[in-house]
Amino acid sequence: MNRFAELLDRLAYEPGRNNKLRLITGYFREVGDPDRGYALAALTGALSFKHAKPALIRDLIASRTDPVLFGLSYDYVGDLSETVALMWPKRVPSHDESFPGYPPPQPSPTRGEGAQLRARRQTSATTDRNSASDRGTAPTVPSPLVGEGQGGGYSGRDAGDALHPSNHNTPPPPTLTEVVTTLRTLGKTELPKQLERWLDELDETGRWALLKLVTGALRIGISARLAKTAAAALGDKDPHDIELIWPGLSPPYLDLFAWLEGRAEKPVNRDPAPFRPVMLAHAIEDADFAALDAADYVAEWKWDGIRVQAVAGRDDRGHVTARLYSRTGEDITGSFPDLVPSLRLPGAIDGELLVLREGRVQSFNVLQQRLNRKVVSPKLIKEFPIHLRAYDLLGDDANDLRELPFAERRERLETFIRKLDDPRIDLSPTVPFASWEALTAARADPAGAGAGEDADAVEGVMLKRRDAPYLPGRPKGQWWKWKRDPHIVDAVLMYAQRGHGKRSSYYSDYTFGVWTEGDGGDELVPVGKAYFGFTDEELLQIDRFVRRNTTEKFGPVRHVVHEPDKGLVLEVAFEGLQRSPRHKSGVAMRFPRISRLRWDKPPREADRLETLEKMLKAEPAEIEVGGAQG
Amino acid sequence: MRGSSPRMTGEYQNTAAYMTSMRPQDILLPVASGLCCKPGGFHIDPVRPVERAVITHGHSDHARAGHGAVLATQETLDMMRLRYGENFAGTTQAIRYGEEIRLGDVSVRFHPAGHVLGSAQIAVTCKDTCIVASGDYKDAPDPTCTPFELVPCDVFITEATFGLPVFRHGDAGDEVKKLLASVALFPERAHLVGAYSLGKAQRVIALLREAGYDAPIYLHGAMEKITEYYQSRGIDLGELRPVKGVKKAALAGTITLAPPSATSDLWTRRFPDPVTAFASGWMRVRARARQRGVELPLVISDHADWDGLTATVAATGAGEIWVTHGQEDALVHWCKSQGLRAQPLDLVGYGDEEESETPLPDEAEA
Repeated sequence: MNRFAELLDRLAYEPGRNNKLRLITGYFREVGDPDRGYALAALTGALSFKHAKPALIRDLIASRTDPVLFGLSYDYVGDLSETVALMWPKRVPSHDESFPGYPPPQPSPTRGEGAQLRARRQTSATTDRNSASDRGTAPTVPSPLVGEGQGGGYSGRDAGDALHPSNHNTPPPPTLTEVVTTLRTLGKTELPKQLERWLDELDETGRWALLKLVTGALRIGISARLAKTAAAALGDKDPHDIELIWPGLSPPYLDLFAWLEGRAEKPVNRDPAPFRPVMLAHAIEDADFAALDAADYVAEWKWDGIRVQAVAGRDDRGHVTARLYSRTGEDITGSFPDLVPSLRLPGAIDGELLVLREGRVQSFNVLQQRLNRKVVSPKLIKEFPIHLRAYDLLGDDANDLRELPFAERRERLETFIRKLDDPRIDLSPTVPFASWEALTAARADPAGAGAGEDADAVEGVMLKRRDAPYLPGRPKGQWWKWKRDPHIVDAVLMYAQRGHGKRSSYYSDYTFGVWTEGDGGDELVPVGKAYFGFTDEELLQIDRFVRRNTTEKFGPVRHVVHEPDKGLVLEVAFEGLQRSPRHKSGVAMRFPRISRLRWDKPPREADRLETLEKMLKAEPAEIEVGGAQG
Repeated sequence: MRGSSPRMTGEYQNTAAYMTSMRPQDILLPVASGLCCKPGGFHIDPVRPVERAVITHGHSDHARAGHGAVLATQETLDMMRLRYGENFAGTTQAIRYGEEIRLGDVSVRFHPAGHVLGSAQIAVTCKDTCIVASGDYKDAPDPTCTPFELVPCDVFITEATFGLPVFRHGDAGDEVKKLLASVALFPERAHLVGAYSLGKAQRVIALLREAGYDAPIYLHGAMEKITEYYQSRGIDLGELRPVKGVKKAALAGTITLAPPSATSDLWTRRFPDPVTAFASGWMRVRARARQRGVELPLVISDHADWDGLTATVAATGAGEIWVTHGQEDALVHWCKSQGLRAQPLDLVGYGDEEESETPLPDEAEA
């Protein structure tokens, strides 16, 4: 557990993806089975046990510490698990109770610096006390009671330190395996006692990780995909291969690690509904069209939803199993139980997950309410009805269609969807066009070109070669995406923050604002934050500007001059806009990035909030949700 | 919460009381310029220029220039000279650990504080009352300075930099192992360790050497002088090199020590994809480390942690505890819960040296 905790701790500070991978791979290499398997399960969210409530953790710490000291500490640290992990006082065992007949435990003499210190402390305390009484300056009060747990005088501390694992009478800290397997079977009433025992046995980082684990709040910025990629690196394998067999695997993944280390054959995925690596498109540039023949391509709308693979298959006994995968192969079935009954025909659909209300596709912002939910309530299902819009068929019953040309797969898809005849699954229509000019016109006006009322959810068009087989990855010249032009506003740089890793000395995160009428005339109100879109050269320029025009500093954040005639205007591109009660401006941007530096433009000529508000369409559903949650 | 101590000030003005019975506040009293010893005619660690100053250690918030006469350990005097130049005080007098000097009506004795090289606790005894002003101290081992010595007393004046039970610093040797493990894992990156230039930096170097690391260690320019001084006092730090002028590629896989403020500035661009570490007791709290953009927090502190503070307070046998800079509330509360008289001393001008170290100018080539 302590080694796993150390990994989590380090990952929590590491901003770089490649470095995170190396840390995780290093852990898998160093730690044996089955611990590393349970670690992989923890990182991929594949562990299941009842989580402990924060109230339980509070009760545990309340029984061991002074409430005033806990209150002051919690105020300072700001995180319950961390506060408890840091201040958890180990129980001082009563000697006659725990070790009848044994002499009182002595600090182990082999314990490095600490041991020497204790020894010296005791001798110096004794000698000094003697010399003090010789001098006649006896202490005015006797030493406070010892053995009170936290900071209870010298002897108390020594007894506490004697709990170190090196001592013969202390159980070793639990392994991750022990924690996970115990939690699986533990009854609710036994949990507090068990947690207490573990907290006594673990070190600080171990306690922190344990509490994060049992409260179900790891939050260390590691995706399941990243963890699997790190595992793949252990055996120099393609992470895709792991995704393919993943649904058939279960913790602690002994067969997976055996294969990765070359000790066994690749585990066979006996899953009746496996994931197939997805095919991706290249962004098309204006210059590309000259070399392309419009007749070779089929066009579809590019929907602003979530790319998914919906797979259904029969198991050995003939029962149909259905699974929903993200584009990286993560199993997201649990988040969309309402779609599962519709996946009753064996096959593999490639499509877009959308929210439909009264037949109309809702914006991505609405769909977002359904993403990353641990608990899917009936209310959520009712208010955000999920829908699958199909655009490809990779498997039809037991047949693999991926070798077939797209046009043929499309025909099979149309038949499949007709046969399925389900209101939750429909066909993504093709966009008829005779020339690139015609397609340009359709892209500019999706509503008039067949998308009708769903036009707001269209973020461009997809071009697919009629003869393209379904190839994993991003093969050249087969599929193209032609996105709608982004929204653009001119905003003023207000605050800058230092980046991480390679950018740690650069001011690379920018908060920008637009003008609005305030109490004392026009003022800037922040509307977003962006940390990419600029070139390395532009980063240097902005960094220099920030350093020379700082008005105030708050830790890593600098206030940058932003007055009508002094400041830097940033052209910001973004994909969409959302009402947000959390932002002072009331709006939040989707996917904002710096598209240009407008050194030529004085800040007073930057855009106004009213411009953004006009872009917002009334979306009553979101306001409702915001209200219900907050 | 943290009220000032008007009661003490009021009583002090009653000189009749001072003549008859020696109460602690008649011996030492917090005033604007620091801790004043009226019967001895001196101030301890004064923050403003005074006639006679008695100084615990060389950190700039405790040892300032411009006093008439300064009494301190030889090391502290040397450090002040290094920082402020030859004329940092009118006259100076060096005192050894264990040595006792009579000043006015009191006797003053210096004891090791274990904080940095030359750091001392100052025991002030008047008649039969002994007060120990411990300055900054730590009860953890440190290969670069004399270990903390427990001094029994009636009143113990303690710092409270890490005066919350969440601050429990582990073995510093383990933290250095963490650093070395990272260097092994990322051999193509430079490791930049933020550490306060006086004391912390040399301790980290000594710990690295104890852990068997024998490659040259690189130094930011601001650390060279003080580190050379440590070496001149016989502290073996192995091979040290100035980082200035070293080619970027040559710094891959190396360790460089720099003042904390330098680790997040333009200066770091000379290093290949640096891993930013920071050696400080503050690193115990994750949010604190993240705020600073630290990637490798090293919990190495030159101050006593909570367990150290409470253990020391108890072991001095003092019945009255005065708590100075830091998290006074929690420590005062703890003392009272142990049946000790305790109060915060609102001394202004002392802080955590790591937080107060002056940032370098942006373009500084150091």
